[in-house]
Amino acid sequence: MKQLVLAAAVAVFLSACSSTKLDTVPVEDKSGTNVTQPGGPGTGGVGERVITPVALDKNKVPDVANRVVYFDYDSHAIRPEFQALLETNAKLIKADKSKKIAIEGHTDERGGREYNLALGQKRSEAVRRAMSLLGVSESQLEAVSFGKEKPAVMGSTEDAMAKNRRAEISYR
Amino acid sequence: MLKRHLLILIPTLVCGSAFAQFRVEVSGVGLTQVPIAIATFRGDESAPQKIASIVQADLERSGQFRAVDSSGATMDEGARPEVATWRQKGADVLVTGSITRLADGRFDVRMRLWDVVRGQDLGGQSYAVVAGDLRLVAHRVADFVYEKITGDKGIFSTRIAYVTKVGQSYNLWVADADGESAQSALNSAEPIISPSWAPNGQQLAYVSFESRKPVIFVHDVATGKRRLVANFKGSNSAPAWSPDGKTLAATLTRDGGSQLYLMDATGGEPRRLAQNSSIDTEPTFTTNGKLIYFVSDRGGAPQIYRMPSTGGSAERVTFTGTYNISPSLSPDGKWLAYISRVSGLFKLHVMDLATGATSAITDTTTDENPSFSPNGRLIIYATQQQGREALMTTTVDGKIKARLAGQNGDIREPDWGPMQK
Repeated sequence: MKQLVLAAAVAVFLSACSSTKLDTVPVEDKSGTNVTQPGGPGTGGVGERVITPVALDKNKVPDVANRVVYFDYDSHAIRPEFQALLETNAKLIKADKSKKIAIEGHTDERGGREYNLALGQKRSEAVRRAMSLLGVSESQLEAVSFGKEKPAVMGSTEDAMAKNRRAEISYR
Repeated sequence: MLKRHLLILIPTLVCGSAFAQFRVEVSGVGLTQVPIAIATFRGDESAPQKIASIVQADLERSGQFRAVDSSGATMDEGARPEVATWRQKGADVLVTGSITRLADGRFDVRMRLWDVVRGQDLGGQSYAVVAGDLRLVAHRVADFVYEKITGDKGIFSTRIAYVTKVGQSYNLWVADADGESAQSALNSAEPIISPSWAPNGQQLAYVSFESRKPVIFVHDVATGKRRLVANFKGSNSAPAWSPDGKTLAATLTRDGGSQLYLMDATGGEPRRLAQNSSIDTEPTFTTNGKLIYFVSDRGGAPQIYRMPSTGGSAERVTFTGTYNISPSLSPDGKWLAYISRVSGLFKLHVMDLATGATSAITDTTTDENPSFSPNGRLIIYATQQQGREALMTTTVDGKIKARLAGQNGDIREPDWGPMQK
């Protein structure tokens, strides 16, 4: 049940704010000219319609589940369970100095819009500081906030609000 | 405790608008309201706007007038009223008038105000306008009556701004002060928050997320021309105009943390107003421009503070409760409206700044973003009423409330514009 809710939440999350621009994902060119396809179906030799499958390197940008840090109510403290996630992201960012990262802070729906914007900023800046401590250059990082304007999950249940109190690491 | 709860239903204001019907809610005792009769204007039946109904709704929403049944009496500005008849109906004042279509297609609207206690002519007005300005004329008639009788400037011909969200579409609207005649100034697929009228009533500053972060625009509503005035690293939000319209206060995070800055309203390099490790946000200037009220969590929880607009030491203003945000000052500097969280509920409060006395003035629980009318007599705010998002106006004592007509659906972030010529 809990997994189902999580899966649904992730689905909503993905549709609500997919934060990876496809055109920024590096496309590795594997379509060389010297492709040989031994034994096409039913014929001998190489057919005209050769297709070489290309898989985008999944390691370049982590899945959305590995780019979101969740927070307790009224808190911008990073829980220890997210340390590994931050380290994974920090390593990727450090490996490519051309990468620009926005850290987007969010809150649950309670309270004023502007004050929530400031609370979301506290969360994004907490993540920025953690990344900085892991050796990421500040010039690659921008901490911004969406306050309560972009919930990942609709609804006012405790579960929904917990999913909305988050900072998302967004590769730009 | 004697408490009366009275609902007055006002007849549908405009044919053609399905949502024009709204409700003025009156609660409490000891109200002094001027009983006013508004006769049907001669020619009203063939006019595109029912002037008398709009005037009546405006005056009732102010809380300072009580409509007396004029039972279909039609009287133009030239007719001398039978004082005894109107006294019998309980009216102290009477409005008469006419609306006539001119040869060039415009409309000639004339009105006269009578004191039927003394049998005295209190003066009249006339306007020749295109059909599209008839609602505005009705609001100006209401302003004329309001000022003659109360001595205060009327605010019925001012404008409000607010934001709606329908699906993933956000609109920034400019509407009459009664919520009617709304026109979209901006449509966006990303959120828009914190609209703020410039003192000249021509421009709005607001926060837009269209570039996937909050940035501040200044937008001329007549021309649609927009200028990006704050797009610094981090978040840019909470714009507030200085009274002379030359300076914006805003919350920026360019140097880390949400902090207050001043900048020219045309953009340029911001000057930091204060420096601390807390949240400082939601600045608002006093009418004389000398002080800025704002929200800070420097004491551990959000409270309202004030400091000189040139910077300097801050003084705490709110002391009750652990969550006080969204300050709005009455133009005369006597009242502070704000949102306070009480037992997990968000309620509009008003503080008498001379004594520090505060009171909650609503029965609703998700109040947001109060904004004073430019004469300081009404406050507009967003809330949920009967499960629906609504914009409401209330008198400062909370006794007279009205739900504004206008957009259905998620409606928020009202800001009341200045007096206009």
